[in-house]
Parts: sequence; C-alpha cells; structure tokens
Amino acid sequence: MQKISNVYSDEKLYKKLLEDKNITIEDALENEMVINMGPQHPATHGVLRLVLRLDGETIVKAIPELGYLHRGYEKMAENMSFVEFIPHTDRLDYTSTMCNNVAYVLAVEKLAGIEAPKRAQFIRMIMAELSRIAGHLIAIGTFAMDVGAITMVMWTFRERERIQEIFDRVAGARFTTSYTRIGGVASDVDDEALKMIKNFLDTFEPALKEMDDLMLHNRIFIERLEGIGILTKEDAIALGVTGPNLRACGVEYDVRRANPYLFYNEMDFQIPTYTEGDCLARYFLRGDEVRESVKILYQCLDKLPQGEVMANDPKKVLPHKTEIYSKMEELIHDFMIINKGINPPVGDSYFSVENPKGELGFYIVSNGEGQPWKMKIRSPSFCNLQTLPLVCKGQMISDVIAIIGSLDPVVGEADK
Amino acid sequence: MDTKEKIINSVKEKFGEAVVEISDFRNDLSITIAKDRLIDVAKFLKENPELQFVMCKDVTAIDWATRKNRFTTVYHIYSFKLNFTLRLKVNIEENPPAVESVVSIWPSAEWYERETFDMYGIEFLNHPDLRRMYMPESFEYHPLRKDFPLLGISGSMPLPEKME
Repeated sequence: MQKISNVYSDEKLYKKLLEDKNITIEDALENEMVINMGPQHPATHGVLRLVLRLDGETIVKAIPELGYLHRGYEKMAENMSFVEFIPHTDRLDYTSTMCNNVAYVLAVEKLAGIEAPKRAQFIRMIMAELSRIAGHLIAIGTFAMDVGAITMVMWTFRERERIQEIFDRVAGARFTTSYTRIGGVASDVDDEALKMIKNFLDTFEPALKEMDDLMLHNRIFIERLEGIGILTKEDAIALGVTGPNLRACGVEYDVRRANPYLFYNEMDFQIPTYTEGDCLARYFLRGDEVRESVKILYQCLDKLPQGEVMANDPKKVLPHKTEIYSKMEELIHDFMIINKGINPPVGDSYFSVENPKGELGFYIVSNGEGQPWKMKIRSPSFCNLQTLPLVCKGQMISDVIAIIGSLDPVVGEADK
Repeated sequence: MDTKEKIINSVKEKFGEAVVEISDFRNDLSITIAKDRLIDVAKFLKENPELQFVMCKDVTAIDWATRKNRFTTVYHIYSFKLNFTLRLKVNIEENPPAVESVVSIWPSAEWYERETFDMYGIEFLNHPDLRRMYMPESFEYHPLRKDFPLLGISGSMPLPEKME
C-alpha cells in the first residue's frame, strides 16, 4: 500500500482507492446501475437517447427519450401553403425520401379532390418502390453493421448508390428529391432513366443473392440474433406497431393491400410474414420485402402508360414553367396558387401509405384557406419506438443495439 | 350492410345520446362523442366482437382558437376485422383542457397522448406517465397552440448554464 500512496499523492483519491478495493463482483451485481445511452451514440441511428436501468448486464427498465431532433414540422406546416411543405417531407424519413413525397401529395390530393394522371401515378409507384428498396438496404446494412458484420453495409450502400443515381437522373437530386407535385410529378421520366431502372433491377437480383449468401449461413450472426427482442403479436397490435416490425410478428397487415392506393390493387405481390417476432425475423422480412418490391417494379415498368404527368386542373395544379412565361392565363394561375394556395374544401381527412418503416399517415384539417389549419404526421418510427421499453426488458445490454437496429427507427421521422 | 352503416348503427344503438355528430367527408367516417362517455364508447368499440377496433393508430388534437369548445381531441382507430379506420372526436373546453386518457384501452395511446399534452397542453386524466414528449421539462408553453408564435418566444428555451 505504501507504494500506491506514493504514486497517488492526492489523499482523497488514495482513500477512494482503498474503499474500492473491498468491492467484490457480488456487490456490483446487487446494485442497480443507471446508464445513459445516447443521444450521441453510433448505434442509435440518429439522436435517440435511452436511459437504462441495469442489474448487472440485464436490463430492468429502458426509457427512450425523444426530441433531440424536434424541428416542429407540424407548426411549420400550419404556416405555409400545401405546395411549400413538399420539400419538408424529404426530411422526415431521410432514408426513403420518395415514399414521403408520395405520401404527402396523395394526402393533399385526397383532401382537395384532385386525381393525378395514370402515368404520374405509375411513376410515383416506381419511385416509391425504389425508395423502399433504398430504405430497406440501409436498414439491413446498418443493422448488420451494428451487430458486427461490417461487410454488409458496404454492399448495401453500393446498391443503394445506384438507386440514388436514378433519383439524380429523374428528380435532379440524389437525396432530398422533392419530386412529386400536387396533381402529378415534377418531370416525366425519360427513356434513359427507365433503362437505368431496368438495368438496376436486372443486376440487383444477383447482388441480393450475394448478400443472402453472406448472412444466411453466418452462424455468428444468426446465433447472435435468434430469439432476441421478441415482440408478440398481441403486444405489437396493442402498441400500434406497423410495417415490417408488425409483419415479423405474424400479422399480415400492409396498407398497400388493406387500403390500396395508386395502382397497387393491380399489382401481383406477396406480403411476407414471419411468426417469430425476434430480431432475426425482422431482418429476414426486410430482405423478403425488397424482393417483392423488385417484382412490383418489373410490373410497373411493363404497364407504364403514356400520357401527361400533371393533372389538368388549373385552379389547383401548378402549370409548367414554360407556359407561365408565355401564357397569361397560366401566369395568373401560378400567381394565385403560389400566393393564395390551393384552398381545399373545409373538412379533415386522414391518408396513410405503407412506408419502409411502417404506416405513414397525414391527418390534415382544412378551413378552406391556402394553408392547412392543422397537419398531424403519424410517423411509423415514433410508434415503433414505443415498443422499446417492452422489448428491451430482461435482455442483455449488448442486445439493445441489435434491438434498435432491428426495429429500424429513423429519428428524423420520430421527432418530426 | 355496408361497414360504415354497421359501425354507425351499433354505436348509435348503444350510445344514442352520447353521439354528438357523425360526418363522412372524403370517405372518412368520423364520430364526435360526448366527453364524459369517451371511455365507454372506446371500450365498446374495442371489445364488441363485431367491430374489434383493437389498434389505436394516432391521437392528436386540434386547436380551434376561437370556438367555444376550443380543443378537439382526435383518435384514429383501426379494426383488422373490418379493415376500417375510424376517427373519434371529442370536443373539450379551454378551461380546464382535460379529457380522460384511453391508455387503459389502447396502450399505444401512451406516447400519442404525451405528445398531445406536450403540444397542446391538454391534460389526460389517469395517464400513467404524463410527461412532455419532445420539449424539455422546463419549457412552459405548448407550441402547437394557435397563440404560440411561429418564431417562438425569446427566452422560453434557456440555454444550459456554463460549467464552472
């Protein structure tokens, strides 16, 4: 002891060291410890904060804290016109921007009673499915990376990059697309873009197989995740879980099938379900969904009709820029839509679509003016995160990372 | 019989006097019910074997600013059996803005009600853990109320104190 006291000349510290010397492992296990995880933590997919109460390594209680990315989109939406809000939908679930764009314009179109032309709806469907693939690829890749399989994230991002290139060609932006417009889409897809999509799909199948080969027979990966974070069917429904997380528990609920929007009722696709409800099931389910999306995309490309991409409804749908500069009528309409808004009738409507994370819904209340009186975003990540305390309870601390990865929340959407 | 009629009839039959208004706009069925019967109606909708509205998708509120009953709480509930989303509404007055919590019926409402409390200051009675969802605990205002300015109130979000 004399030596230590020489090294630590501080008397207080020396006293503390002597105290700690007597602590045994059993003592530590009897005490519950509170650990703060996040908001700056690489495995929490953004700025999610968890406060964990631990008994040894087992979690007694987990409390998620949200709000670190709260930007007040619902307040902002009340102070801008319906058209102006489209770019903000990109920032909700930033891994699948097109899906959000499509969801928002469909919600506004339902409220205002506009119907987009058939070609525009097919383009929206193609973009939404591509975006769904991109979103699931990120989910799969980062989840595998969180539990230690770093190769996966490189491979999925390689494939995702090709989707981003398609978006770049079609919408002019890779990430923040803002592609859809109320009554149609911003621009038509050209043959080059269609060729790119076709080319992507043809080479995507082998890449997907490659990824499967990497993970499906990986004993470390499977044994790490099997039976971890089990969510039962009853709990999932009671807690309002939607999307892949719900289907992994054995509930066959997909908005595309339950309340078909766009032309999903004409498409032939399966809704993959698993009954285990654990992390592994949620992982496999996303892979299966990507395959179904590929199926839908092939059908869309086959059926894509010719025609206009913007509805002909001058009072509600923005005219094309070239017409604004050359025609008086269009100039007036453009001025009115930008300055006064599209003025949907008084009333409220709820519209939801199937996003990669779950059911994204917009509840819009209109008082007949250009700006929504109220807009509520029902974000799937927010609802899915609510299961975290239940799922984490009784698990090991290292499994929390796997559970968050498998639930796949995006905090940009959960915090709005 | 069509799904909507079935729901309307069964609710009207059981709670004739509690139904304030029924509206059908853009194919969305919405039923406004009296505030004091919310729990009974919710329980009925969930437990009736013909209806089975087992999932609560969303809870939110609307601030009407100038109406007599200033707030309306809105519940979106879903039935797998009927494949139908129903909207329940409850009008509540400004003072005090309080309504019974539906967490005992739909556990998912816990976070939705916390969010609504945070944004509108509506108190949900008998809620197990009514804390703010997004805003810090020290924040005094409710941002989605119409009298809260878009640019915020200066000084309402104190910066963390400088560590010595």
